[in-house]
Amino acid sequence: MSQVAERHETYLVAYDQFAKAQGPTSPAWLQERRARASKQFAAGGFPTTRDEDWRFTNVAPIAEAGFALAHGLARDAAALVTGVAVSDSVRLVIVNGEFVAALSDLRHLPKGVRIVSLRDGVRDHSDGIEPHLANTFATDAHPFAALNTAFLDDGVAVMVAPKAVIETPIHIVVVSGPEAPQVAANVVSHPRILVVAGEGSQVRIAQSFVGAAGAVYFTNAVAEVVVEPRARVDWFTDQRESQLAFHINNVQAQVRAGGVFASHAFSTGGRFMRHDIGVALAGEGADCTMNGVYLVDGDRLMDTHTSLDHAMPHCTSHELYKGILAGKSRGVFNGRIIVRLDAQKTDAKQTNRALLLSDDAQVNSNPQLEIFADDVKCTHGAAVGQLDEEAMFYLQARGLSPADARNMLLHAFAGEVIEGLTIPGLRAQIESTLFAALDRDVLALRSGQGQG
Amino acid sequence: MLEVTNLKVRVDDKEILRGINLSVKAGEVHAIMGPNGSGKSTFARALAGHPGYAVTDGQVTYQGQDLLDMDPDERAREGVFMAFQYPVEIPGVNNAYFLKAALNAKRKHHGLEELDAMDFMALVKEKAKVLDVDEKMLQRSVNEGFSGGEKKRNEIFHMAVLEPTLAVLDETDSGLDIDALRIVSEGVNAMRSPTRSFIVVTHYQRLLDYIVPDFVHVLSDGLIVRSGGRELALELEEKGYGWLEAPRHGSGLAAAGART
Repeated sequence: MSQVAERHETYLVAYDQFAKAQGPTSPAWLQERRARASKQFAAGGFPTTRDEDWRFTNVAPIAEAGFALAHGLARDAAALVTGVAVSDSVRLVIVNGEFVAALSDLRHLPKGVRIVSLRDGVRDHSDGIEPHLANTFATDAHPFAALNTAFLDDGVAVMVAPKAVIETPIHIVVVSGPEAPQVAANVVSHPRILVVAGEGSQVRIAQSFVGAAGAVYFTNAVAEVVVEPRARVDWFTDQRESQLAFHINNVQAQVRAGGVFASHAFSTGGRFMRHDIGVALAGEGADCTMNGVYLVDGDRLMDTHTSLDHAMPHCTSHELYKGILAGKSRGVFNGRIIVRLDAQKTDAKQTNRALLLSDDAQVNSNPQLEIFADDVKCTHGAAVGQLDEEAMFYLQARGLSPADARNMLLHAFAGEVIEGLTIPGLRAQIESTLFAALDRDVLALRSGQGQG
Repeated sequence: MLEVTNLKVRVDDKEILRGINLSVKAGEVHAIMGPNGSGKSTFARALAGHPGYAVTDGQVTYQGQDLLDMDPDERAREGVFMAFQYPVEIPGVNNAYFLKAALNAKRKHHGLEELDAMDFMALVKEKAKVLDVDEKMLQRSVNEGFSGGEKKRNEIFHMAVLEPTLAVLDETDSGLDIDALRIVSEGVNAMRSPTRSFIVVTHYQRLLDYIVPDFVHVLSDGLIVRSGGRELALELEEKGYGWLEAPRHGSGLAAAGART
């Protein structure tokens, strides 16, 4: 494992070049934040499986691949964007970390929302960026977020004015991948998103992560979300990267008094996924929903680490994660809930369920509750199981094919989370992708299943 | 319609059916009676193709086809329906949505146009009325939170919508109060026709007061030990099952079940 820690040298050299090139154009505050993050990453290097947070997830393939910083437009970017476009939304496109106005669509931009590319926003000293960007959470415990910050160059900021209720969804499409098919180079990009929802505002933000089928690349995304008092942010994630991609995404939300952050994450892509969602309930009466469905097959890995920090009294959180695992895939779910000394009357509920569709699939599920207050309600439950055979038989005995019966049961399993998707266009995409993936698996398994 | 010849079925390592012979012609209603553990439900489930019930010997011909060669869903689409003794609760699967998928799978199989939501709901509402099925039951998850009676009514309701050619009712009367029993029986009787056959599996003769069978067979320890007309059921009501034990395998199961 020690050589994995050494492999970060490549990135440090790249950082030096990057910092030299960026230096003259960036304000001092940003240079400092990048340099601090770079030092954090340099000190710790890539995590190893000896790190508690990475016990079941070996990042050696990422470290060994020596991904080079991506430049330019990823191949098929325009087509990939069209493929996931959601009608009647504001579309913001980030390609290999850079905001691309030409692929974005701001025609539906409503009043009360300010959109700015991070590069322009930093240069023009746009309101709200300096106080929040790379400033809402500590990256020392998040090596990949530190790496993203070290290379912070562009991305998008969405600033919602106080009291603005935004009906039009904001859809951020994140495209990654090498420039052209003949370029075999493995590339990494560090997409960055900042959202600040002003006091009493409401907004729905969706992210779709895409890449060309068969492309090998590494997306290392970070999103910072600030939910001011009594604001509400609905956050949707559709991770549908190339099946050969490495995908790491870290979402960190600060929720002030009476604010609501509700996240629904759907993951079907990537050969390696690590999703960290951290929510700090930092004001009284704040509320968080953290739901997700992941579907993984082949020999792919999906790791979700959630962290809920109940720092203040009278906050509520509801968490429901469901995994569907086929083939020789592996899943990891770690759900951390911290209830601090002052956080009396906390009400937290965490549920994690996994369905194993094959004997070779594996899941590690770990609730991690750290409770320091004494007047709280915290429940957690984890269950791992197989498809109910009696239910399968019941559906088949009424005439449904095994594939249809299975889809119906899996749909029901995931349905509770899918119901939370309030953007119909996105919901349709996610449902069809989930079931296309299941059909693929059904075909692969058909010979092995049936009469037992 | 259905020819069962020397059917032997194992569950795990135990031989439950030891050679069943049964001939059901179109339009007939056959009652299969017998004490607990005699193999009645095993017979029903084996006909439906439950994967836990392994056929080790014998033939079953349904409308000239080898039934045992068909998967459960194929049997259903070909018109075999089993009303479950214990209908399965399936959270998250809407009852009407499921039934529509089942009906359309069958229609497609027979080269008929699939019904759209509107036509389907019109059909279903008509059937629901006859069986006193609450429309709310249609919009709930399949069997989830249904009372015992509701589950059995829902089974018969599914049958009414799917219009099978051969219906196997597995202890549909258990758990029904007298009113529900009457409603369910009326639903079944309304479906009796010269082209449709029924196999009614029951422990008690009570159901047969409502659904009057053409033939009654008594199953004991995996064999049909007696066949007759309706009067056989009445005789059983009087004497119990004790006098009709299977010739071998005298495991006491038959005697233990003789408490009618």
